[in-house]
Amino acid sequence: MNDNDKASDVILTVENLKKHFTPHAGLLASLGGPKRVIRAVDGLNFSIRRGEIFGLIGESGSGKTTTGKMVMKLIDPTSGTIVFNGEDVTSIHRQRLQAYRRRVQMIFQDPYASMNPRFKIREVLEEPLVIHRISADRRKRGEMIIKALNEVKMNPPEDYMGRFPHMLSGGQRQRVATARTLILNPMMLVADEPVSMIDLSTRAEILHMMKDVQRDLGLTYLYITHDLSTARYFTDRIAVMYLGRIVEMGPAEEVIDNPIHPYTRALIQAVPEPVTGQVETIKELAISGEIPSPANIPPGCRFHPRCPFAKPECSGQAEPELMDAGKGHFHACRRWKEIG
Amino acid sequence: MDKILEVKNLKLYYHTSKGTVKALDDVTFDLFKGETFGLVGESGCGKTTTGTALLRMPTPPGRYDGGQIVLDGRDIIDLPENDVRKHIRWEKISMVFQGAMNCLTPVYTVGKQMLETLQEHREMEKVQAEELIREYLELVGLPPEVMGRYPHELSGGMKQRIVIATALFLKPDVVILDEPTTALDVIVQAQIINLLKKLKKTFNLSFIFITHDLALEAEVSDRICVMYAGKISELGTNGQIFGGHPAHPYTEKLLSATPLLHKKVDTLSFIPGAPPDLIDPPTGCRFHPRCHKVIDVCREKEPELKEIGTGHMAACWRCGE
Repeated sequence: MNDNDKASDVILTVENLKKHFTPHAGLLASLGGPKRVIRAVDGLNFSIRRGEIFGLIGESGSGKTTTGKMVMKLIDPTSGTIVFNGEDVTSIHRQRLQAYRRRVQMIFQDPYASMNPRFKIREVLEEPLVIHRISADRRKRGEMIIKALNEVKMNPPEDYMGRFPHMLSGGQRQRVATARTLILNPMMLVADEPVSMIDLSTRAEILHMMKDVQRDLGLTYLYITHDLSTARYFTDRIAVMYLGRIVEMGPAEEVIDNPIHPYTRALIQAVPEPVTGQVETIKELAISGEIPSPANIPPGCRFHPRCPFAKPECSGQAEPELMDAGKGHFHACRRWKEIG
Repeated sequence: MDKILEVKNLKLYYHTSKGTVKALDDVTFDLFKGETFGLVGESGCGKTTTGTALLRMPTPPGRYDGGQIVLDGRDIIDLPENDVRKHIRWEKISMVFQGAMNCLTPVYTVGKQMLETLQEHREMEKVQAEELIREYLELVGLPPEVMGRYPHELSGGMKQRIVIATALFLKPDVVILDEPTTALDVIVQAQIINLLKKLKKTFNLSFIFITHDLALEAEVSDRICVMYAGKISELGTNGQIFGGHPAHPYTEKLLSATPLLHKKVDTLSFIPGAPPDLIDPPTGCRFHPRCHKVIDVCREKEPELKEIGTGHMAACWRCGE
């Protein structure tokens, strides 16, 4: 996709990635009849450049979290490949998987649920070192913990090491969660809605911290979110997902200021803005209804039943692939020129 | 405009084993007929507590510790529970609770649970009641068939519409909406907001719209009340709050911490620290430890909420300087 990039500039490439779930059916269904398949991720192609913040945007049910889990190797893809740093990691196991997890770490959404409440902060941060057998020397581990806490600006680190997670605010916990990933010296972080549970007043603080860390350590982020506004602020490039596929991808500002795909346009139009003078207006929404079930994906362009510009060819012909509109801006709408 | 609800010096404290949490401390505001009044603030500032307090059902161990809630000229704080249940709650004031759409009973059809609420309050034949339910379902944009559906067969947006219809069909004057769109996707959120605006016009309703999302308040609320640590820090019209000149430093900071979709912002500001523990709130202004405009008096004396412009109130020593 990024022909002009040298291979070494790309850290992660995902090709035709699919994840289909077959739910446990009842006894009757298992005796016959068509199997229900949930196509959560259905043919995903993207690559992330080294040192870039790449945003995966989508509504619930779009497959963004499933994609994050596959990249983390928490679940195995149904088909497709994931290439990280030149190595095909699609079906690695055991030692190679453990080595991979050292280089790719994850920050979870819920800073309250992602830490053992009985662990002190020191233990929370020490655990990855023990699991990955980084250092047998307790004092040396302590030094590494202090360094990691310093990196996320928890100052002075010694003050926090003896505390329990419940003694910290949401923002501080998310700092600790970041420190826990940094302690393994990773190359890439997958952050799934890292600030959605953080209060607005401290949200920007966490994003700043993550950006600083990214710049200081030359990290790459895969940032998964439903929030276009933080994505614009935080990311370099974004990919907008709809029902398991990317419908539009490009530099964050370019996609948000000049959206091409009707879905992206509708999404942007629906985002509330903190400016006065809107109370009396009823927003005109180009699309109606809700995202359909991934168990029942419409034929042709999967967005066509909700699309205001749909023509017979949109449902009748094969699904459109991502097309280049210039400036690194890709989209999957075959009528893009006509709808202007 | 007519005042429909007056909240005067309302205090609601949670008496816990660790001490008294002053969740609402001296909250005063009016609600007018046909307006949407927004309550906005971070988690723990007292937005939801205000909502349940107005409904006369504070979450235990919360207790009223003074103040008045005047509805139709009558203080409802000391009314016997039976009267409240019969004449006030759901009849005059109803509430869409946060996450209510996930609290529909999974074992009953939607029609049955709506019918139950209706028959609890109105002596009505089943046929009549079902007719009314159908009417309200149509109002919120749902086909009558959903009456026979179970909650799991419906999408989040549809369930939220059902909860809104249920809050409306006893024809209350005031509807409290607590984060009615938080769990919904942005396009569905916009659909629900449009629906609420239409309903407000149709029935000349008064809404109290609770959310942590400033941008959403800007879209729906005629007047906005910004709360911090159990107190009102600023109260003003949509234009006064979102027109570029908020009065309170807290509002100012919150707004500059909000990422904008259509504008490139190089750095967002943030507020250092975290909201205080309400068992032992800071002396003086409760916001002073995090405030960028703090002066000596802020640390010692608590500022009162005072009028700084027509209908514009703020509790800050430095307002008007």
